[in-house]
Amino acid sequence: MKRVVLNAVLAVSIVLFASVSVGREAVPMAEDPKLEARLVDISQELRCLVCQNESLASSHAELADDLRQEVRELIRSGKSDQEIKDFLVARYGDFVLYRPEVKPLTWVLWFGPFLLLVIAAIFLGVYLRQRRALAAPAAMSDDERERAKQLLKG
Amino acid sequence: MKKVLIPLVLFFGLVAFLAVGLKRDPREIPSPLLGKPAPHFTLFTLDQGDTKFSPADMQGQVWMLNVWATWCVACREEHPVLVAFSEKNQVPIVGLSYKEIQPQDPAYKSPFDEKLKLARERSQVWLKRHGNPYVTSVMDMDGRVGINYGVYGVPETYVIDKAGVIRYKFVGAVTPALLAEKILPLISELNKS
Repeated sequence: MKRVVLNAVLAVSIVLFASVSVGREAVPMAEDPKLEARLVDISQELRCLVCQNESLASSHAELADDLRQEVRELIRSGKSDQEIKDFLVARYGDFVLYRPEVKPLTWVLWFGPFLLLVIAAIFLGVYLRQRRALAAPAAMSDDERERAKQLLKG
Repeated sequence: MKKVLIPLVLFFGLVAFLAVGLKRDPREIPSPLLGKPAPHFTLFTLDQGDTKFSPADMQGQVWMLNVWATWCVACREEHPVLVAFSEKNQVPIVGLSYKEIQPQDPAYKSPFDEKLKLARERSQVWLKRHGNPYVTSVMDMDGRVGINYGVYGVPETYVIDKAGVIRYKFVGAVTPALLAEKILPLISELNKS
């Protein structure tokens, strides 16, 4: 009985929360769907400065709202995607880009992991070679062979 | 014997990296504006009427720009520090009241003049209660000037030199230690040139 009540409460709360989130999701769609589509396109590539692991497209932070509004106006004034990104980088730095440009400052970021992989592969190769050398059967002397035979016989 | 030490060395290396990583504040983002001219703006000040302020008014002086708001909790912690600092008259501090009327405020949708009036009143009351460290404070009602300065968390503090170039930026509440160790030496150095 308890279980039934619990399930009912769970079901009701799921329905409630689901409808709340649906209600929220629908808001940003504004008058001009083309402009909004471009806004989403651009802002998915940009980081929200307040909640740093969210994109500008998905963030509900107030600054994100303001920045989306800024991007909207830049789109309306006919700026290209690159110009809009440059506008934000000039103010907030490379950090706003989820895909930072490849330049000397970001080389470690882009190529570091591959460099680590290569180094690890070299270490692995050396280690395996050493182990194979260790595991190679040691040659037996004649005395040892004789003793082994004796033992096996016995 | 030496082989046994390798994991130990690796372990301590990892610990060192993590220790440094833990101490760093991920919210601290290096500003690309350092060494660049402070973005231009002209905004209404806190005073009644049509008085306006623009960074060009400070040309020839080293000055500080402090972003604040009455709704900002960290500003309350910072404010006494700024007030005590301003009493020494070492550098003029200009306030930038950032989005005083927030979107969730019922007054947010009212006409600009009404919003400005309300924002000025609130800010003045707040400064009267907590003390006023600013030579003047400007009203950035919609946060557009904030965006031009790369503001992403209030309070923020900038040091701007005689030629109007941003020399330093700090995000978060300024502490007496930061003022004594970083900001004051920088200001006296900038004042010499």
